[in-house]
Amino acid sequence: MLRTLGMTHIDELFADIPDSLQLGRALDLPAGLSEWSLMEHLKQLAGGNRHVEDAISFLGAGAYHHHIPSVVDAIIGRSEFYTAYTPYQPEISQGILQAIFEYQTLVCELMGLDVSNASLYDGPTALGEAAMMACSHTRRNRVLVARTVHPEYRSVLGTYARGQHADVVEVPMRDGLIDMTALASQLSNEVAAVIVSYPNFFGGIEEVARMAAMAHDHGALLIVSTYPIALGILESPGALGADIAVAEGQSLGNTLSFGGPYLGMMAVRTELVRKLPGRIAGQTKDRDGRRGFVLTLQAREQHIRREKASSNICSNQALNALAASVYLADLGPKGLVEVGTHCMAKARYAEARFAAAGYSRVYDGPYFHEFVLDLGSRAKAIYETLSDEGIYLGYPLGGAYPELAGHVLVAVTEVVTKEQIDETARRLEAL
Amino acid sequence: MSRQTADFPLIFERSKQGRIAYSLPPLDVPEIDPVALLPAGYVRQTPPALPEVSEVDLIRHYTGLSQRNHGVDSGFYPLGSCTMKYNPKRHEQAARLPGFALIHPYQPEKSVQGALALMHALQQHLAEITGMDAVSLEPAAGAAGEWTGLMMIRAYHEHRGERRTKVLVPDSAHGTNPASAAVAGLTTITVPSDASGSVDLAALRAAVGSDTAALMLTNPSTLGLFEEQIAEIAQIVHDAGGLVYYDGANANAILGYTRPGDMGFDVVHLNLHKTFTTPHGGGGPGAGPVGVKTGLIPFLPVPIVRQDASGDYRLDYDRPQSIGKVKGFYGNFGILVRAYAYIRTMGPDGLKAVAQDAVLGANYLRKRLSGPYAVAYDRLCKHEFVLSGKGLKETGVRTLDVAKRILDFGYHPPTIYFPLNVEEALMIEPTETESLETLDAFADVLLLIAEEARTDPQRVVQAPHTTVVNRLDETLAARSPVLRYQFKK
Repeated sequence: MLRTLGMTHIDELFADIPDSLQLGRALDLPAGLSEWSLMEHLKQLAGGNRHVEDAISFLGAGAYHHHIPSVVDAIIGRSEFYTAYTPYQPEISQGILQAIFEYQTLVCELMGLDVSNASLYDGPTALGEAAMMACSHTRRNRVLVARTVHPEYRSVLGTYARGQHADVVEVPMRDGLIDMTALASQLSNEVAAVIVSYPNFFGGIEEVARMAAMAHDHGALLIVSTYPIALGILESPGALGADIAVAEGQSLGNTLSFGGPYLGMMAVRTELVRKLPGRIAGQTKDRDGRRGFVLTLQAREQHIRREKASSNICSNQALNALAASVYLADLGPKGLVEVGTHCMAKARYAEARFAAAGYSRVYDGPYFHEFVLDLGSRAKAIYETLSDEGIYLGYPLGGAYPELAGHVLVAVTEVVTKEQIDETARRLEAL
Repeated sequence: MSRQTADFPLIFERSKQGRIAYSLPPLDVPEIDPVALLPAGYVRQTPPALPEVSEVDLIRHYTGLSQRNHGVDSGFYPLGSCTMKYNPKRHEQAARLPGFALIHPYQPEKSVQGALALMHALQQHLAEITGMDAVSLEPAAGAAGEWTGLMMIRAYHEHRGERRTKVLVPDSAHGTNPASAAVAGLTTITVPSDASGSVDLAALRAAVGSDTAALMLTNPSTLGLFEEQIAEIAQIVHDAGGLVYYDGANANAILGYTRPGDMGFDVVHLNLHKTFTTPHGGGGPGAGPVGVKTGLIPFLPVPIVRQDASGDYRLDYDRPQSIGKVKGFYGNFGILVRAYAYIRTMGPDGLKAVAQDAVLGANYLRKRLSGPYAVAYDRLCKHEFVLSGKGLKETGVRTLDVAKRILDFGYHPPTIYFPLNVEEALMIEPTETESLETLDAFADVLLLIAEEARTDPQRVVQAPHTTVVNRLDETLAARSPVLRYQFKK
């Protein structure tokens, strides 16, 4: 090959890099490993983590351990899917394009809204994009976000808002729910959107329909950040008046994987479609009239619009969205209700057992499958002792909510057994 | 893939009421009635119309879809600027180890020391590879990395009490560069290229000023050319008080030969799904870590993984000047595991060989194809090069037609109509993982198509002839959008 190029040494290919910029030494990295040695090394690193199936875990707070049917990995492990790129050549990408079209349909069904995109990075970035979309649509600059929205979501939203010079105002909370009186006083005709979480960060069910009416009275949009597993049982955001719904889609067939990769779900009412960020697949026909799918409405996107695009996002989380679709198709409507019911039942059982052990639920309103416990003045010691024994009692709230120091957010999914709950209650009682 | 007359059914069209693939164990705690536990008006009235299918039908549906898709494992994928190299299978196995796949992001730090150690090592390795002083692994993709980098640049200038709002990008830049600048609240100024494909220095000098926040540059550029004047370019921007941003989309070409940090760049993002061979997943997930020089470290997103004096790894959130969070949790960890596995497999010699073989393959193909296809800039290229199909236009064949004809031979076509400053562009990036035989076979096909354009142009214009569908009506899709399945009432 070098001879074809009239060269004798491989370094001649790099003659265009000025001498002063040539590294001139080997990179300071460990020497390469064979596959066997590499896997031994990685197994050792993985062994340095105590994973949730080797523990009793009540961790949730935005990432949930659910049973993932074996079909999910069988499909996302097919390399025609996972080694493909964005489907720019639709004739040889009908597989992923149709899968995205089906995903969009599933998201619309779950959310009760008209149009979905092909997915965004994750729940928090989807919320940031939603807020910016609302500002652009309403030509207003202020968003109200409830303190009962996930703190990391609010943090990411803050970064988006600083970028685009938007103003984020926090709506305070009372008894683990939005303070509706405060919300009423903060709403005005300058507000682009009200952002609420449903269920909220503490598991509680907010008055979403009332907030939608209040927002709409002021010409603002309602953005609902939701939890898809709950939507077999809970009324859809769209039916409650949401204009934009977003969600972390991890719980649908994606492993916890220490926080990523996940997928951001987003659905909107039809009138917002031209502002929707990211990829969208659409149905069309080929020259012989066969049904086919393409990426569409690309006039919104960065590779066409450059600095005027609705977002800078180029990719979607196609493989994670595929996992979510396979998961939902595996469950069907009955399976989704059943998972939700099991989560709710186990959470009530845990609530009762922990109360009997001396730790009662702090807020008393309706909730889905997460609730707050006050561990009191010895919280840190209790939490750490349990952790060391392999019981992850939940997410300590004191860091993000100083007023809730010593409190912990407990999540109970269908994979937590009665035995594990009983064991945890026994340990709580003994400590 | 072969062509059929009937449409491939949607999963919804396979649905039969009452079928289900899923099963849960019997409930081991007292039953509850959700309706009794939820407020009136918050219980779902109309169930979502999810498909009802058996497990085997589900598997056949998605297996069928996978057979209607082309991946790197299906065949050569010379998609310029996307670095579609082979994705080693061991990486897939590694990311699925329970100790990686089943850890919750909010587990106590003590229980995830292995994961944090991996992230810490990856931060250091990427810093060494790029010549930067610190790295954040948080951004989820290249575009997210650009936005993160520009937000840090903004914070840096604001911290110094300077208001700088303009980002300079060359005319060959990817569309994300100006879009990311807009999302970071900055405005873009385009800098033209000169006749050799380099940044026009006179135009750059005229464009910089006291409002310059940064110059964004890909080096090698999207034309596949190494910007030989890079040191001078960086100097011009630095002298004006601006910073220089490296878009790492094309880092594959320079591994072990030169580093953005040594070229004068202040902020760098890498696409782990390109250079570090994490699979593209049909459009994602990827990962876009960002590296910075010392002066920008305070502005990195939270958290950063640190090792404390006792040797324990910690997530450091105590960073008051940080731009905040740019993504939930800590980045796409599953992707980071794969990239780490790649770096540990390759080592310093292997990574340098990546650049050598990628550049050798690109130059070899460029040499073989110059002739019927005009090489936009006929000089030594790096990992990719740009051809122009303008010479075929007189036959009525356009670059789009060439790309569609390539499909008939089992290849993914090159990137087309990009960069924007080359007429009828075809951008080819073979990557280092392809053999000489593959490169030759692909070159033969492109030459054959050029020949066909003269002898049988209709054959090319009507292509593809062998795919499951032929050319799709994109205008129809955009004009009358059908973006979801409509259930039959």
